[in-house]
Amino acid sequence: MTDTVVETTAPKSVGPGKVKSIALNIIPPALFGALVLGGWYFISYVMLAENRRFLLRPPDKVLTEGFLDWGGTGGMSEMLQSLWSSTKVAGIGLFLAILIGLFLAVLMSQAVSVEKALFPFLVTLQAVPILAIVPLISFWWGTGQTSRVVVCIIIALFPIIVNTLFGLQSAEKGMHDLFTLHHVNRVTRLRKLMFPAALPALFAGLRISAGLSVVGAIVGDFFFGRGEVGLGQLIKRFASRLQGEELLTSVILSAGLGVAVFLLFTWLQNKAIGKWSDRAGLV
Amino acid sequence: MGDNRSAALAFDDIGMIFPDGTETLQNISFSVDKGEFVTVVGPSGCGKSTLLKIASGLLEPTAGAVDVDRDRLGYVFQDATLLPWRTVLGNVELLCELHGMAKAERRELAEASIDLVGLQGFQNHYPKSLSGGMKMRASLARTLTLKPPVFLFDEPFGAVDEITREHLNEETQQLFLQEGFAGLFITHSITEAVFMSTKVLVMSARPGKIVASFDIPFDYPRKPDLRFDAEFARISGEVSKELRGGHS
Repeated sequence: MTDTVVETTAPKSVGPGKVKSIALNIIPPALFGALVLGGWYFISYVMLAENRRFLLRPPDKVLTEGFLDWGGTGGMSEMLQSLWSSTKVAGIGLFLAILIGLFLAVLMSQAVSVEKALFPFLVTLQAVPILAIVPLISFWWGTGQTSRVVVCIIIALFPIIVNTLFGLQSAEKGMHDLFTLHHVNRVTRLRKLMFPAALPALFAGLRISAGLSVVGAIVGDFFFGRGEVGLGQLIKRFASRLQGEELLTSVILSAGLGVAVFLLFTWLQNKAIGKWSDRAGLV
Repeated sequence: MGDNRSAALAFDDIGMIFPDGTETLQNISFSVDKGEFVTVVGPSGCGKSTLLKIASGLLEPTAGAVDVDRDRLGYVFQDATLLPWRTVLGNVELLCELHGMAKAERRELAEASIDLVGLQGFQNHYPKSLSGGMKMRASLARTLTLKPPVFLFDEPFGAVDEITREHLNEETQQLFLQEGFAGLFITHSITEAVFMSTKVLVMSARPGKIVASFDIPFDYPRKPDLRFDAEFARISGEVSKELRGGHS
């Protein structure tokens, strides 16, 4: 029978193709970044008069007075401590959101009645503006770390549930029939079919939720404004004192944290499903 | 149609009416003995796949009964239904794993099945890097690991190109000769049906009924050139004529 095997797999692309791919991933964003920097300088030095330049401090000032100034109140040292505080809150919130989200998604995947019972309430929770429930959260959990974590969970939960549920339900009917033919129980079906099938969608949800958990950590810190100082409190303070360089630095650090967690989950996704899924490699 | 008492698979007056009122099958009775390869041809929607689902237990008929041992039933689907996160070896081992076999035993069976379908060297490939024909071979290998006495094929080669389909027909015939299972094959292709089978059954349009039965006289192993034989063409023409009659 071996003599009739006529198909072969295509060789992996190497050499010039790979170089081209790297160039395509680097050159366009680098050019766009340069354009943004140019526009930033133009607005700071040409469009804004000197007395109004606090509205958008130029990039070099942000670099020297924001990123390179380590000492004193509002220096890089304090900003890094705040960044670490916000990272902890985002990390704990995301971890708990993943646990709760996976649990609810698995539960909903096992019975249509559970899905129908829970889904409207999850949509409602997602639809409520976070600012509207901040007072309630502070009533119930105070204004410390716990409340910030709760905000992170509320913001990050929905994409995890929706994507995981979609993934759990995505295994083809033929595959389910195959498992049914061999009298597979519910747990084995979940473990060997539904959960692996859900991984691409699960990671899509995780990448969205990872960014949202950073937003939650900073928004929570911004509004509760007590306890360990995170990036939210720093942003509020710099804004009220018109410290443009420091404000922009903390905004850039916040965005950097969001990008870092997004890239972390992209890396994890590629490690987990990269060999077999077409979704792998997507950034 | 045959003595059902000794058959590996027997349908006894099967009828199927779906909950929406659609009558798909009516009075289907036939049997497949060990060492027999029976193919059912019929127009789209006549209930051929429903018949296989009933045979496998995936659907319960609304009338009649099926006599078959479902513990080690082989079922090859229209799609390869390979799990994309498992390598070829992992996929071929799957059914043994679901039946609780020890790792060493299932590995041995999987390697032997992979050899049998000619996928040596592709054990560590993932399905996404395989062609349609190779995926179907992996699917066949997976089913072979259980050494099923009855093999159900639900139009498995419909999605591959003509040449690959012919190769797969010859390879399936080879497996049939080696393993000696009772085979029930569903297809739209008359050439495929006549080339592979000991018997071809023609089904009418919905509700599906068996309207003709052809015993295929050619000896095994059948060579590819058989497809150009005058007798082959005559039988194919007869089957086609019955099929057209059942279609109208």
